[in-house]
Amino acid sequence: MSVNINIRNAVKRYGKNTVIENLTLSICGGEFFTLLGPSGCGKTTLLRMIAGFNSIEGGDFFFNDTRINDLNPAKRNIGMVFQNYAIFPHMNVRKNVEFGLKNRPFDRKLIHSQADKFLKLMQIDQLADRMPAQLSGGQQQRVALARALCIEPDVLLMDEPLSNLDAKLRVEMRTVIKEIQNSVGITTVYVTHDQEEAMAVSDRIAVMNGGVIQHVGTPKNIYQRPANTFVATFIGRSNMLEGDMTVENGKAVVSLPTGYKAVFDTVAPENLKAQPVTLCARPEELIVETGEGEGLKAVIDSSVFLGLNTHYFVHLLSGERAEIIQESSIDSIIKPGTQVRLRLNTEKANLFTKDGSRNLLTGVDNDLDKEAV
Amino acid sequence: MKRKFEVWSVITWIFLALFALFLVYPMYGILKQSVINKDGQFTLEQFAKFFSTPYYSSTIQNSFVVTIAVTAVTLLLGIPFAYFYSFYQLKGGKFLFVVSILCCMSAPFIGAYSWIMLLGRNGVITVFFKDVFGIKLGSIYGFGGILMVQALKFFPLVFVYMNGAFKSIDNSLIEASANMGCTGVKRFFSVIMQLSMPTILAASLLVFMRAFADFGTPLLIGEGYRTFPVEIYNQYLGENGTDHNFAAAISVIAIVVTALVFFLQKWATKKYNFSINCLNPIQKRKPQGVGGVLMYVYCYGLIALAFLPQLYIVYLSFRNCDGAVFKPGFSLVNYEKAVKKLLVRSIDNTMIFGVVSLALIILFAILIAYLVVRRPRPLNHTIDTLSMLPYIMPGSIIGIALVIAFGKKPLALTGTAAVMIIALVIRRMPYTIRSATATLQSIPISTEEASLSLGAGKLKTFLTVTTPMMANGIMSGAVLSWVAIVTELSSAIILYNNKTITLTMSTYAAISRGNDGLACAFAAILTVLTAVSLILYLAVTKSEDIKL
Repeated sequence: MSVNINIRNAVKRYGKNTVIENLTLSICGGEFFTLLGPSGCGKTTLLRMIAGFNSIEGGDFFFNDTRINDLNPAKRNIGMVFQNYAIFPHMNVRKNVEFGLKNRPFDRKLIHSQADKFLKLMQIDQLADRMPAQLSGGQQQRVALARALCIEPDVLLMDEPLSNLDAKLRVEMRTVIKEIQNSVGITTVYVTHDQEEAMAVSDRIAVMNGGVIQHVGTPKNIYQRPANTFVATFIGRSNMLEGDMTVENGKAVVSLPTGYKAVFDTVAPENLKAQPVTLCARPEELIVETGEGEGLKAVIDSSVFLGLNTHYFVHLLSGERAEIIQESSIDSIIKPGTQVRLRLNTEKANLFTKDGSRNLLTGVDNDLDKEAV
Repeated sequence: MKRKFEVWSVITWIFLALFALFLVYPMYGILKQSVINKDGQFTLEQFAKFFSTPYYSSTIQNSFVVTIAVTAVTLLLGIPFAYFYSFYQLKGGKFLFVVSILCCMSAPFIGAYSWIMLLGRNGVITVFFKDVFGIKLGSIYGFGGILMVQALKFFPLVFVYMNGAFKSIDNSLIEASANMGCTGVKRFFSVIMQLSMPTILAASLLVFMRAFADFGTPLLIGEGYRTFPVEIYNQYLGENGTDHNFAAAISVIAIVVTALVFFLQKWATKKYNFSINCLNPIQKRKPQGVGGVLMYVYCYGLIALAFLPQLYIVYLSFRNCDGAVFKPGFSLVNYEKAVKKLLVRSIDNTMIFGVVSLALIILFAILIAYLVVRRPRPLNHTIDTLSMLPYIMPGSIIGIALVIAFGKKPLALTGTAAVMIIALVIRRMPYTIRSATATLQSIPISTEEASLSLGAGKLKTFLTVTTPMMANGIMSGAVLSWVAIVTELSSAIILYNNKTITLTMSTYAAISRGNDGLACAFAAILTVLTAVSLILYLAVTKSEDIKL
């Protein structure tokens, strides 16, 4: 019974300023879907269009087969969790949770037990008589979630719900949110600018920038095979290097700074042609080696020991700077000023067109491309 | 650890001494006069007389009834007005705001006077209806008149307060309720009004206190409907049969009543102890359709009605007039007469009293706010509590208390400018202290600590860091204090004489002598003076955060 959301050619304008131009997206029933992007990318705007708080200047929004463009927010059967929770400060926890039920044709006699069910689910049943001012941030968050779920909505919308919590609580609450979503099985659209949070909770993520969706995919795919350099740099860290691709014996050979040549087996057949490329290597995809051999020649600038990992900051002999993460070893840390070789993990690293707009490798799974069909 | 001596301790004691002399001692004087008879014996006969004689006891009841009616009507008028203003983009919103401020800050009795000129026995509208249609309009005198004049004057207070409350409501609360199926009128009552309850109570108290103590309006328009401030005045300064002891007794009763209302309101407010953290302010919508038209009609109609008296007075002041009869044609004859009737002295006095009182009020407010917030000691809390006393004391009672206390040697101040200034300072100080205290509480102490750690001394820190940071909050309070001082009537009417006459008193004197042209000239000058002060202030601050 979970509802899928279909957005076709959505347009959002504020006056003459177009924020979202022609956005198309499908969200599957029961899925935990995250809109991720830097602030001002239009993710909250899109969420509020789904909720009905922003006007829709063009396109169609469907819940299953029902077009909801002109449906009153109150009639969309949406549960929403707001950034600052929007808990009514003048009502106690129970009244807050029951508020939505009282505003719909719901058997009065069942309101109490329905509220109890969700108070228990969120483990705040012992706080039912408290006023919001007496609750901690995490507890308020639980109330907001209980209140949103209590009306058994078709869709749950969450607008940066964890951004007001401290770091530790944020990690705890995102687990809670994910577990609850799993057990209730409700279609959920979640907005955040925190990529780690997005990875932790989502079934699928849409990375947005400038009102345009860049990549829709699983957290794993978005991290490992980002559709373009924006996604590569926004999700996790990336070292970007300029290079030139040539084809030798049917294999892509990329010439990198300091004379290093790396062979790629992962380039998609249709992209196998000589062209300038941008190499994107995550810090863990560069391996530091000392002594003679192949690799990017670099000099260690500084290092940070973080227990599990050690971060090295280096500059290549050709001038570019790079960051490397290595699992900490029992030996001593390589001293600043040491010349090293950086070998590339060509299986993991990504190659883009020179302008960074397209990934050249196989295995890029961007659901956005399927929408166009 | 021995506490180090510091200059603030001295200031604490200076304030305690000042308050004892100018506040506690006069209050004690009133209390004493109410229970000690002419032979120096203790007696409660004055109170017995008040409660056993319906002629007198009805005044308190009348005051109560009309004031509660006024409070209710101001809420009914002001809350929708504020709602439309805060939730919709009304064209000319700024204009509505400014004019409504002008309405509620006008001199207290000018509205009543102007309505009499419009709707009274010989008022233009009354006469017009009688001559043209042969319709006899109902009497404006009495309960209905007081209600109308005060409601039209005080609803902007509710508006300004509610506007502040609505602005502090987080938009996501509105959206959350829409999300859960609660919109329109239902949302207005179950969410918006509930969230604004503390402010509604605060505004109600303010209106109640102002209306209850209002002396000018019932004096002019009340006639047979006798309220207690007028009764106190009559018993104290009336033309026949004054009884100072009895006036003192009524004063004590009045203070008790206002104090009760004050504490009742505090008690009620405690029930609504919550705060809103407002990240996203309300987004104003465009008014649309029939509802939108009605909104405009309501807002502009109400403002026009409330502002009409002031405009009419200014208009009348330019009409030819002979005594109490306005004649066709326009001239400056009224102003010429005003110049002969102490106009210059009135303006001088008004300005001098205003500037001196305001300077003292600001100085005291800054120092007391600092003592209360940064040096929270029992003695300083005593100062804080004492400074709020005048809040529950109607102006005429402060006037009488000062006469009793300083009418004879060794401190014979009655009739001097000093006593006028003392009365004004006492009357307005509580408001400015409140806003100064609130401002200082919102300033983190770390800024001052930073200054101290950077080597500035305590005094230097206070003067160059604390005071400038407080300036904004104090200025908004100070301008309104200035206007209130300039238009002060109720205490001044008891304390003034020919030498210390002010614009308000000149106006009142002219009205009571039936000199309508002259009265209009004075009233017009007063109206323009307050309007200019307020508009200047609003233009400079560009802010809507007015603390009344």
